[in-house]
Amino acid sequence: MRARLLPHPLLTVLIASVFVLLMNEVTAGVVVLGLVLGLAIPLLTAPFWPGRPRLKAPLTIAAYALLVTWDIVVSNIEVAKLILFRRGETLRSRYVTVPLDLHTPEAIALLAGTITMTPGTVSADLSADGRALLVHCLDTGDPEATVAAIKTRYESRLKRIFE
Amino acid sequence: MYPFLEALVAALILIGAFFLLVGALGLARLPDMMRRLHGPTKATTLGIGALLIASMVYFAAVRGSFSIHELLITLFLFLTAPVSAHMLAKAHILRARAERDRLPATGTATGWATLDSGHPKGE
Repeated sequence: MRARLLPHPLLTVLIASVFVLLMNEVTAGVVVLGLVLGLAIPLLTAPFWPGRPRLKAPLTIAAYALLVTWDIVVSNIEVAKLILFRRGETLRSRYVTVPLDLHTPEAIALLAGTITMTPGTVSADLSADGRALLVHCLDTGDPEATVAAIKTRYESRLKRIFE
Repeated sequence: MYPFLEALVAALILIGAFFLLVGALGLARLPDMMRRLHGPTKATTLGIGALLIASMVYFAAVRGSFSIHELLITLFLFLTAPVSAHMLAKAHILRARAERDRLPATGTATGWATLDSGHPKGE
């Protein structure tokens, strides 16, 4: 019964809070309308989700968001330096393969997004079986160190959150 | 509005404009498609971020009301930037034959998803 009325509780909370933020005011009417949308949209879109990820460590998410925000700032400054002070041809750009320990599709999507937003790397493709990620590095002297950094810094944390 | 806040808003707008300029420069100056992707995905997120924080501080100081729309814009930007970069990279890998030869091995039983449907050969 609960599963049928509330197929995706997290999505309900997310939609309701995004709606309240969009209206930019917290009044009873706005909250109620947000909750109505939050209840209706998950019900209507339920056929589209293959699975619902469980969040094991919700508090780790906040720590992860802070870490990624900090890395985005650092990465911007690094990439800005590379663009301004180096000739494009001298950048040691290359692809690296990151083997994945994650299995949850949502966690892999989050990892790919994180890689794109952080220092000098863009995630370019996923292997057909979803076990490896293709990452393009803007400037790297040591590909193995880059892969190791991605695995220890981001993947291990996502693994704790999702699996 | 206090001079301190004015200086803060001005500084944030300048920082934002600087990073947006760098992102655009990267797009124009870097030699190939995959390197060019790095400019717009990163430099511009911090640029927009700084501009949005400036907007929040400004409206909090002038109108005395806290505006949350900027946070939502940041959230949606962080959701869409990696996805569009990923789709651009995939389209590039699919279209440019020279790029395919540069790809490393997946290290798994299948190839990269753009070029390999994931079904065994001959199916």
